[in-house]
Amino acid sequence: MPVTPADLDDDLPVPVTGWGRTAPSAALLVRPRTHEEAAAAVHHCGSRGAIARGLGRAYGDAAQNAGGAVLDMTGLDRIRTIDAEGGVVVCDAGVSLHRLMEVLLPLGWFVPVTPGTRYVTVGGAVCADIHGKNHHVSGSFSRHVLSLELLTADGEVRTVVPGTELFDATTGGMGLTGVVLSATLRLHPVRTSLMSVDTERATDLDDLMARLTTGDGRYRYSVAWIDLLARGAATGRAVLTRGEHAPLDALPPRARRRPLEFRPRQLPPVPGVVPGGLLGRASVSVFNELWYRRAPRARREQLQSIPAFFHPLDGVPHWNRVYGRGGFVQYQFVVGHGREEALREVVRRVARRQCPSFLAVLKRFGEGDPGWLSFPMPGWTLALDVPAGLPGLGPFLDGLDQVVADAGGRVYLAKDSRLRPELLAVMYPGLDRFRALRARIDPRGVFVSDLSRRLSL
Amino acid sequence: MKDAFGTPQTLLVLGGTSEIGLATARRLVARRARTVWLAGRPSPALDAAADGLRELGADVRTVPFDALDPSGHEELLGKVFAEGDIDMVLLAFGVLGDQAHDEARPLAAVRVAQTNYTGAVSSGLICAGALQAQGHGSLVVLSSVAGERARRANFIYGSSKAGLDTFAQGLGDALHGTGVHVMVVRPGFVRSRMTAGLVEAPLATTPDQVARAIEKGLRRRSETVWVPGVLRVVMSALRHVPRPLFRRLPV
Repeated sequence: MPVTPADLDDDLPVPVTGWGRTAPSAALLVRPRTHEEAAAAVHHCGSRGAIARGLGRAYGDAAQNAGGAVLDMTGLDRIRTIDAEGGVVVCDAGVSLHRLMEVLLPLGWFVPVTPGTRYVTVGGAVCADIHGKNHHVSGSFSRHVLSLELLTADGEVRTVVPGTELFDATTGGMGLTGVVLSATLRLHPVRTSLMSVDTERATDLDDLMARLTTGDGRYRYSVAWIDLLARGAATGRAVLTRGEHAPLDALPPRARRRPLEFRPRQLPPVPGVVPGGLLGRASVSVFNELWYRRAPRARREQLQSIPAFFHPLDGVPHWNRVYGRGGFVQYQFVVGHGREEALREVVRRVARRQCPSFLAVLKRFGEGDPGWLSFPMPGWTLALDVPAGLPGLGPFLDGLDQVVADAGGRVYLAKDSRLRPELLAVMYPGLDRFRALRARIDPRGVFVSDLSRRLSL
Repeated sequence: MKDAFGTPQTLLVLGGTSEIGLATARRLVARRARTVWLAGRPSPALDAAADGLRELGADVRTVPFDALDPSGHEELLGKVFAEGDIDMVLLAFGVLGDQAHDEARPLAAVRVAQTNYTGAVSSGLICAGALQAQGHGSLVVLSSVAGERARRANFIYGSSKAGLDTFAQGLGDALHGTGVHVMVVRPGFVRSRMTAGLVEAPLATTPDQVARAIEKGLRRRSETVWVPGVLRVVMSALRHVPRPLFRRLPV
């Protein structure tokens, strides 16, 4: 159930869900426009606490708070200062990466890290410590944060800088240390708003992993789309797209006149009511087949727009509705280098079970960042989404969790909606420190979400 | 909290010795449920039921609950909810009565009605209010196909389930959009202690099958669940059979 602006005027709880549209719960939505209003909302949130929410792109229940308050942060949307020489921006937490791109690209700067959608807020990016196609080079979002303003449970606004405990608890901390009010970010310089992209096909999983291992160093951005419905010898076949910001001289003469133009296009949104079961095994299988065949075997230096390369799904508003009323679950995990067997095992199981998973994404992570609950670590990460209504999906994913945990890996909390709480401490060794810090700075448990209730964060 | 598949972590079973209730609890404990409250009249059977679930690894607590004492419901259920969120309430208590016996003794018939209907109205409303305050949760109500159309053989029981069913449907509508999900479960003839010795009706089912259907209904956020599913079709046909004809049917 989406949150529409009309809901915001009422003083009644409204149902809130994550992007996967599973497990709705009702909360009072508050939309602060200033830091003072945010502080007041936290102060008056009542016994069931509060959690900040950005654009609702977390797949699971990280930005829901049943029976309590949810702070819609999109009202805090000012870009405060831009250092166009040094490439530093100070902005409110509710500013989206989309907005930052609109403003910064013409100045020759790009966001340091972007996930598969531009429609996430800076606050959300910090709290989920998001990663992008450049993780092997640039690490996660927190690496580019110079400082934060954090509203903590005692009503104070603290300036939090890297290298401190509070910073490491907040980056990846899923909003449970406080409300991020603003952030200072270091940007990445670009000469054009186009990408120079190399595409190649990998015939199976081993081929794919070999290509990623040997080739990733040459590219700033790298990602592979895997067809998880392919079986047998084709298991794990994939299309790799890797690229770099295009240099000025790569542009055709006409484009060179406005090299930094940024004009994303959008298709009409998916209607509100879509019958469930649209994405069955057959339809997804046909789609994956076509998509794999359509990709060139090898193509060099193709010019693509930023939306086409980074955010293909943003072109279809509300694409999450195609999964119907039952919603969907996204499963993303990481396993370290040397644990490739666990990755192979998961891919085998998914292929064998024939989960109707749209084009899954495989990526090779570089060094992790110090956030205690930060997801990335050096190794392999795979993300796939599956309709939640699939019979037996819960136990099946529990089985995958076990494979991942046994290999010392973890699942991504920003996408989780179903992890067994017992496995959390195994996957996140920093959990105890996180809990201890929360107990210290938020003894009354003001900041709480459905995710934190479900996993006893 | 429930997970993406609607599986609860904490469960309150009203009618803690109900076979369907316990079969459902066992099923959910095997998945995510860690805390189970069993509410029922204190008895060795209730303790045994609790021990059975403990063996599966759940943290089980019992609480004295009497459907026939609605005046005590608020305080008692209030205590349960004060201990923490309940992700799912299963309203599973009910008595079948003895039709011939109860027809001759109106007070016995009233007792059936009070247990199945009045007791459910009070405890159902209290739980619904508590779930609404916590902003999430499922209220699963065990109705029966017997409530769909009056049958000569069990209309006292059937009428009490008809009342319960209508009540639960309305409650579901009232709670629509509050984050609380109300699910009405309509099993056919269930082979259990309650029906021991009775002539089995067609399409008979078992407590385990009902439990499985409940889990599936939670996953789909269904509002109505028939067990077995084909009863939906059968009953919608039977509902329209003219009464002179219906009387003669061997149902």
